[in-house]
This record gives sequence, structure tokens and C-alpha cells, in this order.
Amino acid sequence: MIISTRHSKILFIMVLLSISILIAGNVFASAEPSAAPEAVATTAAESQHVWWFWPLVLFILSFVLGIFAVLAGVGGGVLYVPIVSGFLPFHLDFVRGAGLIVALTGALAAGPGLLKKAMADLRLAIPVALIASTCAIIGAMIGLALPTNVVQTMLGATILGIVVIMMKAKKSEYPDVQKSDALSQSLRIMGVYHEPTVGKDINWKIHRTPMGLVLFVFIGIMAGMFGLGAGWANVPVLNLVMGAPIKISVATSKFLLSITDTSAAWIYLNNGAVLPLMVVPSVVGIMLGSFIGVKVLAVTKPAVIRIIVIVVLGVAGLKALQKGLWPDLM
Amino acid sequence: MAAKATEEQLLYANLLNKGMLIGLLVLIITFAIYALGILAPRIPLGEVQNYWVMPVKDYLNASGMHAGWAWIGNLHYGDMLTFIPIAFLSALTIFCYVAILPGLIRKKDTAYVVIAILEIIVLTFAASGILGTGGH
Repeated sequence: MIISTRHSKILFIMVLLSISILIAGNVFASAEPSAAPEAVATTAAESQHVWWFWPLVLFILSFVLGIFAVLAGVGGGVLYVPIVSGFLPFHLDFVRGAGLIVALTGALAAGPGLLKKAMADLRLAIPVALIASTCAIIGAMIGLALPTNVVQTMLGATILGIVVIMMKAKKSEYPDVQKSDALSQSLRIMGVYHEPTVGKDINWKIHRTPMGLVLFVFIGIMAGMFGLGAGWANVPVLNLVMGAPIKISVATSKFLLSITDTSAAWIYLNNGAVLPLMVVPSVVGIMLGSFIGVKVLAVTKPAVIRIIVIVVLGVAGLKALQKGLWPDLM
Repeated sequence: MAAKATEEQLLYANLLNKGMLIGLLVLIITFAIYALGILAPRIPLGEVQNYWVMPVKDYLNASGMHAGWAWIGNLHYGDMLTFIPIAFLSALTIFCYVAILPGLIRKKDTAYVVIAILEIIVLTFAASGILGTGGH
């Protein structure tokens, strides 16, 4: 059977991701993060690598995750935290700190373009961001105060929940908003964007704003607690609950992360949970991967990639659950 | 209504764009200074892997590191220098909010002026370290 160029590229990417995770999963072997510090220090000392080994693994893995994040239409943080904490030896505290910086820089990089094209809407983002960023601080403080196994278990459950959302969630291109609610009217949250696929400007407005804002309380807490970014939750709430068109929802969600993750990132930074040797290779890797991902997007089937990402996330979610509930199992 | 960004949105976008580019460039430069050993790190490069397997509280206790803004006083170390761009990127949103505030005030957009000020307070509060820092 002749394998087409397109399929061979997908295969190449799958192999690359698998190798990265396998290398990561096998080489570290030891160093259970939830173990006592003395024991961990001894184990770590026994399995010393040259200093650049783990940063290089992080860079390669983040690069691959950056490609997949673009192809699957998810944020880098949601892949980074469960996969790195599940299969690499870093403690969850540092992975969440790095995950937040990764999600933050990705959002900061994407924000200007989305704002200039009027795809991300500042008037929609500002009120939502105040709720989400305030709650992200609370989430970050809870996350750093809870025992690691509890956070790990909750992270696993959340990741599996995200897998279900990714499989089941519907999208509405242009939700039918008959009448905007009083709050969005008084805040003048509405707009126009140009839709190139139909070649015309689309007017949009939102409804159910109070309900949407309440949901962002929970989104903010989870974003801060797990360092995930929260595009997976932002988009359904903006699109399906509040009735913003899908393109406005996706773009505003991405921009929103630059504000939500800022507050949580500071909590991790001020608590010492940000290590440059982890953060910089991850940020650079995921950004380079995102650039490549945009190019690969043109020659791959996003649906296939999405299935791969759902499977990988599912495995990472189960791994997080196992590390939280049965840390001695493997 | 035409499909174009508002004045505040463009101002925010331009500032974010410039800040992001500067932050990323400085991040790479400072990391090179750290990784190439141009400035000696506070924690030797080979020892960092002993700490990142621990919970952050144990890491701070074991390494003698101080959390919060303590890195400001240790900028002669390579690893501490890298916190400049990380903090800058984390503060970028605050600068953008401050930048759009005069425009919102000029337009008498009271609700958004209040929300923007509250956001600046929340983010500055988070950045200040008042909410607690790890370490001893």
C-alpha cells in the first residue's frame, strides 16, 4: 500500500511524540516526586545526568507539544502540565509554575494579532478577566497549599474531564442570540468581525452574561490550581453559554489567558515554584513548535491529530490519577 | 459598525506586541548568560536536578533560596538574572491596562475604568508578594 505524503507526515509526528514521551518516561525511572525530600535527594543523586540533559528533553518535548497544540486547537499548557508531570521527574509544583509561564507567553504572543484583527474582543475580555484572574490567585494559593497527591488526583480527574469535553463539546459558529442581556447591554459588549469564508462582516452580541461570569469563577480557580491555562473551558462558556461566535470565543479565550495566567503566574513566582532551567527551554520549545505546527496544519488532517491528542491526554490523565492515588504502583 | 479594532484595543495590542518581543529576546539572552556560565548561578547548574524533584517548600529549605522578590538582590547570579524577563513578561498585562486607562477615562467609560482599575489592583497585589511567599 502506498502511504501518502500527508499520512507519512502524520505518522512522523506520532512517532516523534511517542519517542519523546518514551525517552522521558524511561530514562528518569526513579525520583517519585511525592516521596520524602531526603529519599528523593538520594535517588536523584544516584541518577545524575549532565545538567543540560533534562532541559534538552523538556525543550524537545515542548517543541512536539507545541506542534500538537496548534494542530489539535488546544493551548500548550493543557498538554504540558499532565504530560510533563506524569512522565518526567519534575515535581508538580514546578511543572505547574512552568506550565503557567508557557500558557502565559503563548497567550502574550498570540494576543496582539488577535486584538488587531478584532477577533479577540477587549470589551468582552475585560470583565471576564477580572473574575477569572482574581479566582486564579485563589486557585494558585489552594494548589500550593494542598498535599501533592491531592492536587495530582484532582489534576487527573480534571484532565479526564477535559478529554470528555474535547470529545463531546459542540461548537456553534454563530449562536442565535435573540436579545442581549441587561448586563452586556450596559457594558456594551458587542461587535463586528470580518468572516472571510462568507466574505462579510458579522455582527455579534452576547446573552446570559451573569451565568457566564459565575462559571469563570470556577475556570479561574482551576487555571490557578493546576497551571493548565483554561482555553478548554473558556471557549465553551463564551460560545455555548454566552453566545459569542466561535471565532470570537476562541480568539478572546486565547487573549484572556494572558490576563488570567498573569495573576496565577505571580503566585507561583513569588512562592519559588518557577525554575528558569525548566521554564526557558519549555517556553522556547513550545513557541518554536507552534510556528512549525501552523505550517504542518496545512498538510495534515486536524481531526486525526485531535484523536491522537485526546488519547495522549487520556493516558496522561490516568497517569496523574495513578500518581495521586497509588504513588507506589509504578 | 465596521469590523475594526477600537482605539484601546489597538493601543493594548501594540504595547503587548512590543513588550512580548522585548521580553522574549531578553529571556533568551539572560538564559544564555546563565547556561553558558558567563555569570555564575546561585545554584550550580548540575545541582538543580536534585531540587526540581522536591515540593517547592522542601526545595527552598534545602537550597537556602528565598522566594518572592529576593532575586532582585541577587542579580549578579546567572539564574537570578533570568527572572528579569520572566517578571517583565508576567507584568506586561499590568502595563497594558495602565496604558488604556487614560483613553477609557477620556471617553467617560466609567464601568470599564472601574473594572480596569480593579484588575490593575488585583494583578499588582498578586505580583507584590503580599499574598505570601514561600521559603523561610
